[in-house]
Amino acid sequence: MIENLRFQESFNYAYIDEFTKKEIRRKTLKAVCIPGYQVPYASPEMPISRGWGTGGLHLTLSLVGPDDTVKVIDQGSDASVNACNLRLFIKEMAKCAVTFDTAAATIIQSRHRVPEEILTEKQILVLQVPQPEVLRRVERHEAKTRIMHAEADYAKIWVTLYEAYVRSGTLRNGAGHPILVNGRYVATPSPIPSWDVPNLSMARCLYLFGAGREKRIHAIPPFTRVEPLEFDDIRFKVEEFIGVHCSASGQDKAFMDQIYAEDFSRFWVINDSNFLDKVRQGPRPSQRLFTNPE
Amino acid sequence: MGYVAVKGGQDAIENANRLVDYFRWKGKTEPIKVDQARTQMRLAVDRAMGEGSLYAPAHAALALLQVEGDSFEAAFHLRAYRATLERRYFAEVLNTREMFVHRRISSTFREIPGGQILGPTRDYSFRLLNPALLQASLGSIEKFIEGLRDAIDPCKLHAMTTYKKVIDIFLNEGLMSRQGNPDEDRRVFDVTREAIKFPVPRSAVLQMLARSETGALMCMAYSTMRGFGESHGTVGELRVGEVPVRIVDRRGRTRYVGKIKVTETEMVGGSMRRSPDAARQGGKRSEGAALSIGYGLCFGQNETKGICMGMVESALRSPNPDNPANNQEFVLYHTEVIEAYGFTNHLKLPHYVTFQAGLESARRVARLKQERSKEVAVGAGAGEGGND
Repeated sequence: MIENLRFQESFNYAYIDEFTKKEIRRKTLKAVCIPGYQVPYASPEMPISRGWGTGGLHLTLSLVGPDDTVKVIDQGSDASVNACNLRLFIKEMAKCAVTFDTAAATIIQSRHRVPEEILTEKQILVLQVPQPEVLRRVERHEAKTRIMHAEADYAKIWVTLYEAYVRSGTLRNGAGHPILVNGRYVATPSPIPSWDVPNLSMARCLYLFGAGREKRIHAIPPFTRVEPLEFDDIRFKVEEFIGVHCSASGQDKAFMDQIYAEDFSRFWVINDSNFLDKVRQGPRPSQRLFTNPE
Repeated sequence: MGYVAVKGGQDAIENANRLVDYFRWKGKTEPIKVDQARTQMRLAVDRAMGEGSLYAPAHAALALLQVEGDSFEAAFHLRAYRATLERRYFAEVLNTREMFVHRRISSTFREIPGGQILGPTRDYSFRLLNPALLQASLGSIEKFIEGLRDAIDPCKLHAMTTYKKVIDIFLNEGLMSRQGNPDEDRRVFDVTREAIKFPVPRSAVLQMLARSETGALMCMAYSTMRGFGESHGTVGELRVGEVPVRIVDRRGRTRYVGKIKVTETEMVGGSMRRSPDAARQGGKRSEGAALSIGYGLCFGQNETKGICMGMVESALRSPNPDNPANNQEFVLYHTEVIEAYGFTNHLKLPHYVTFQAGLESARRVARLKQERSKEVAVGAGAGEGGND
């Protein structure tokens, strides 16, 4: 009854057809050429939900080859259900190797975390982005935000930072601190914690940001200057885990998860699951650590 | 596998899938055949095809069965499947004047050329549960069809015909113009191949509305009638029927490839009640003509969607930032079913890193406050000392 040869036979290599891949690659190259600029792309539907990493998948599947080793993390963890699901899909479709080992991966797709371990020039970090438009909080219309970017008119976002400081005493609440890329475009680093933001600057690896639902790609090429927005006197700060040690490794100086036991007692563990494994087995991999200004 | 907060993600997924099947089958009833779903869940199939943007009744029926009737998921499955299909040909522009009409009504005139044809509609049935349906069997279905056939007098049958359009009346009287706004962006845009940029050409608006979620579109259209817009369009013509699809093959010959059922709506709106706001923003209506249409077309029989599409299309040509339905960005982004469905549901994904970042920030604020209040206390103490 249903003549669906596509399902009986196999999908194209890495699922996406070659024309679409070509488009994604071209748009990715454009994004790399204009650091921090959001490049619109067609963003076809994928067999996973919008908002669950379709943009990341588009990038990963357009980059991956049979010789690649792919790692997928969600909120720092390799074993999170969505990470498992995406990893399985990529592995089945691209017939590539997959790994938990950050250092062994050639492509790392991540949601909301940059790995603690330093990434090299042989690696690409693909970040899933829910809202690529950093100005959306201050301007709801796409037509206007594009003009604001073109004119480098970022006054409104500076005002929100100022207001956040006046109200709360800190520059901003939570993840996704706005960044200035290569001195030109203000962009979102995706909702990574502030802890990860300094690692975007002058890194050896390529950072790609895929927002499938919003149909945008942006990039931070290797060795590109990335500055978190801050004032001369009120400086950007990363999360401080004061007096906190990982209950699984006894170590500190990493982004921590707060975990509650049955009796509501609180303990902490290192969030990056592979980093935690390596720390426990030793030696501790090298990190770029940021010291908060006074 | 090393230590992780969530262990055994893969096992959990597999078990979840098994449980879905268990809950589907645990009633141990006869499985519904795809053919049954395709024919007896006709309107659900039509809706899934429209929102899934793929005219494929059997695939839509399979999708509906697979997802236990969830209209969002069914549309999603069709879209995901559609995205894997190669685009071999482009269809010629459909000519809905060639439609084999099942149903055709107009609310602008009592009589229209060719006549009003009520056709298959539930509009005038009482919404009472019908227990007789519980007794339906293949036998009773046969009997019903035979009875219907016998009731037809062959002498009274018309020759197969097509119908002129109600808008022809307006066109002939010069109340409506074939000339669009000369400033209108008439590019044929493909929303599946390119990300939209605002302002969006009309072709892209129509494509996106035709693929939008029926309920979301209804919400937009409804809002224009009760306080958040100034339209109360009139149904110039609503027709449901089959339209031939043709392609041009590689040798340049036009080929008939089949027919699709569509709902077409032409909502007639006057430019008399055009808001000054819309006029100021260059609301696009044809010069000189008194009437214009809001156009709706969607797959299958989905009259709610057809009408709402016509109303919203019309509203979008009179931009007005005060009303959601007159705002391209608001309507087009938020009625897009797959994106809205996916993103609202992504809230089920873990967010503990983002949450932790927010929590840490909140704690820092609390710490700052505490320090500040201590400073104030110390300052106050020092002041008292000075008085001594």
